[in-house]
Amino acid sequence: MNLFADLVQILGTSTKIGDKLSALIQYFETAPEKDAVWVIALFTGRRPKRTVGSALLRTWSAELVQLPSWLFEEAYHTVGDLAETISLLLPPPSHTGNHSLQHYLEQLITIGNQSPEEKKVFVLTAWQELDKAERFVFNKLITGGFRIGISQQLLVQSLSRLTGLEASQVAYLISGQWDPQSTGFNELFDPVRAAVDFSKPYPFYLSYALETDLAELGNPADWQAEWKWDGIRGQLIKRNQQLFVWSRGEELMTDKFPEYASLLNELPDGLVLDGEIIPAQDGRPLPFALLQTRIGRKNITRKQLQDAPVCFFAYDLLEWQGTDWRNEPLTKRRAQLETLLSTIRHPALFLPQTLAFASWVELTELYHQARDFFAEGLMIKRNNSLYQVGRKRGDWWKWKTDPLTIDAVLIYAQKGHGRRSNLYTDYTFAVRKGDEFITFTKAYSGLTDKELAEVDAYVKKHGLEKFGPVRTVKPELVFEIAFEGIAASNRHKSGVALRFPRISRWRKDKTAAEVNTLEDLQQLLQQFGTGGRD
Amino acid sequence: MLSFTKSGIFCQQGGFYIDPWLPVDKAIITHAHSDHARWGNQSYLCHTHTKPLLQLRLGEINVEAMNWGENKIINGVQVSLHPAGHIIGSSQIRLEYKGKIWVVSGDYKVADDGISGVFEPVPCHHFVTESAFGLPIYRWEKQEIIYQQIRDWVLQNKANGFSSVLLAYSLGKAQRVIDCLAPLELPIFAHGAIANAQEKLIGAGFHLPAVTRVPTAEQLSTASEKKALKESLVVAPPSVDGSNWLKQFGPSKMASCSGWMQVRGNVRRRNLDAGFVLSDHADWEGLLTAVKATGASRVFVTHGFQSAFSRYLNENGIESHEIATDYGTTEAEE
Repeated sequence: MNLFADLVQILGTSTKIGDKLSALIQYFETAPEKDAVWVIALFTGRRPKRTVGSALLRTWSAELVQLPSWLFEEAYHTVGDLAETISLLLPPPSHTGNHSLQHYLEQLITIGNQSPEEKKVFVLTAWQELDKAERFVFNKLITGGFRIGISQQLLVQSLSRLTGLEASQVAYLISGQWDPQSTGFNELFDPVRAAVDFSKPYPFYLSYALETDLAELGNPADWQAEWKWDGIRGQLIKRNQQLFVWSRGEELMTDKFPEYASLLNELPDGLVLDGEIIPAQDGRPLPFALLQTRIGRKNITRKQLQDAPVCFFAYDLLEWQGTDWRNEPLTKRRAQLETLLSTIRHPALFLPQTLAFASWVELTELYHQARDFFAEGLMIKRNNSLYQVGRKRGDWWKWKTDPLTIDAVLIYAQKGHGRRSNLYTDYTFAVRKGDEFITFTKAYSGLTDKELAEVDAYVKKHGLEKFGPVRTVKPELVFEIAFEGIAASNRHKSGVALRFPRISRWRKDKTAAEVNTLEDLQQLLQQFGTGGRD
Repeated sequence: MLSFTKSGIFCQQGGFYIDPWLPVDKAIITHAHSDHARWGNQSYLCHTHTKPLLQLRLGEINVEAMNWGENKIINGVQVSLHPAGHIIGSSQIRLEYKGKIWVVSGDYKVADDGISGVFEPVPCHHFVTESAFGLPIYRWEKQEIIYQQIRDWVLQNKANGFSSVLLAYSLGKAQRVIDCLAPLELPIFAHGAIANAQEKLIGAGFHLPAVTRVPTAEQLSTASEKKALKESLVVAPPSVDGSNWLKQFGPSKMASCSGWMQVRGNVRRRNLDAGFVLSDHADWEGLLTAVKATGASRVFVTHGFQSAFSRYLNENGIESHEIATDYGTTEAEE
């Protein structure tokens, strides 16, 4: 476990990619084989199902250190991470256990069927034999969310160096469905295995934001344009008479979207489509928030299916008749996609049209109409582009619409997590309604570290309440909030829900009396709302 | 006897303030950090070791010094100073009037760092305590363990061809870090602010290791002098982070030495290569030990996690109140 704790420590604090890469390679070379496999699983989101709830962890640790629960919570809100809070509160270990990562993970899986008392014995024993850094990773194994500063790309790169396989092969091999408990390292990287697993998606090809003048892209006739949709990027796969839906986060989501199930009878075998999983009706997108209402649910109700129908907007063809088409030019892939979909009528599968334009000026005009079509901008793709792996510059560009903005006042603040530990960085904003302030959104990003420190100092000095995580702040600080979309919502007091809200700038030139009003917000809803029924 | 006013902690009977943050006539100063010893008071009273540091920071001032355990009567109030263990010269201030005893701790730590004097528990009725690290997540390792971690890190960097830059607050922390590094018998380069403090203290008679002041660009004449700065050992205040000044040391690794390093997020936020949990304040247990040792029946909790610490004391049978002050304004001061 100490090797893994060291690795997490380096990955978490190292500021250089090269250091992280060599730490990963060194770990894979020195760790026991099963531990290495588990690390690949963990870092690709294949954490074992949670068998101990965080409420139990809180109770057991507070009991062990004999602290009142309010003080435990106070500590937690300062640290911003439950696993770390517990590791800091526990007394030093009584002895060393010297067990492997595999040991703890497999035990964690085993206790799933056991009683709370047995779970408690396992967790308390582990705490007693692990040091501070090991406890932290042990707790993380339970609470999940191994976001420790490592990208998928970095993991793939290290494994590629180690195995001598191409990065794209590695990405392909570690994606899809595999069980770390029953898979060996060599088995995982056995290319033959790939042929047996029918569910495997291809690594996604991602675009860069357009940063140059359109004219620099050359001849408009060499390019294809589409609306950019605001959904979940996904692949729809039919192989071996089975249907699979993968998200870009490499999550197998087939069961989450029952509306796709009947596509099994409509689509030919050996097919992979790339597109957007998006709530929509008759080819018209609905607010993304609708999707969020059902995405976390294990069982989807009939009402949710009715209120938030999900469609697949297909825009690329990656596999056709069992053959990998990624190295065919886009025009050819698109033509085949159109031919295929022209024969299929299904409410959950839609082929958005490409946009006709003769010049960059015309394309710019289209760009400015994006919101009218419930799109968040344009995708510009080179006609002869191949389907590449990961985020690559040159052939695919995204051109997002300018965000909507509104001036709002900060009224609640909460301490952040991770690198924002012990700083008030999570804010709730309000607009004016007469003499009142009505909250309408939270925003967590957009300020520089220096500005965050300034707001933090303000909150610490002017916060009105003392206990609990949320401070009521004297309404004085005004910020411009930018967002991508707005929809009606009866879950919020203001009656609206924003998409991707963030702070675009600090309006030190404005007072709280000058912020936008609830009416302004409602007007934006009228003008740009995606007609939600949330 | 003491009241908490907008200028600072005030003793009406004695006619003086303790660590005032607005200019007053008479100020008694616990220690020389800038949030406690401010500019503009008519007269200052502090510990003998604090005096040269105050002069270094504030220039020409009207300052009187006294030693630990000495008594002084001011308008009938008996005043004495007692070691606080925070930095060199740092003192708790004990006041006695008509049988009532108050102690103002200033900043303190209960563990002996070998430089700052050993914290002395002073029995009193009313105790004014800091709470910079007043949460149970703050628990310090023994100094020797941290010192060893720092030295190991420095040697590892050197072996890998890197300079080591240790960030430490100029007054207090820097002296400890230099003390920690001395056994390595490598040249220690110090930023001007730290070299000033170190030289001042050595001049005042403290037996502290000498450091080399980092030369200015004009002073670096020969290639060998420039080369000496590569793969070197540097102690600098936190403010140099991100500045061009660091470039002269070639490829380097940077670490901060502070109690805040206890939490991972703080290390990551500053993009540090390492964080060493070395504090000049008492940890949670230290605060509790100190409060209990005074036997005080009322405790006033100032700067830090005063809400949490104060509530905990109240729930454990010690009457406690939160006090708003202007101390501890930035994290960098630790």
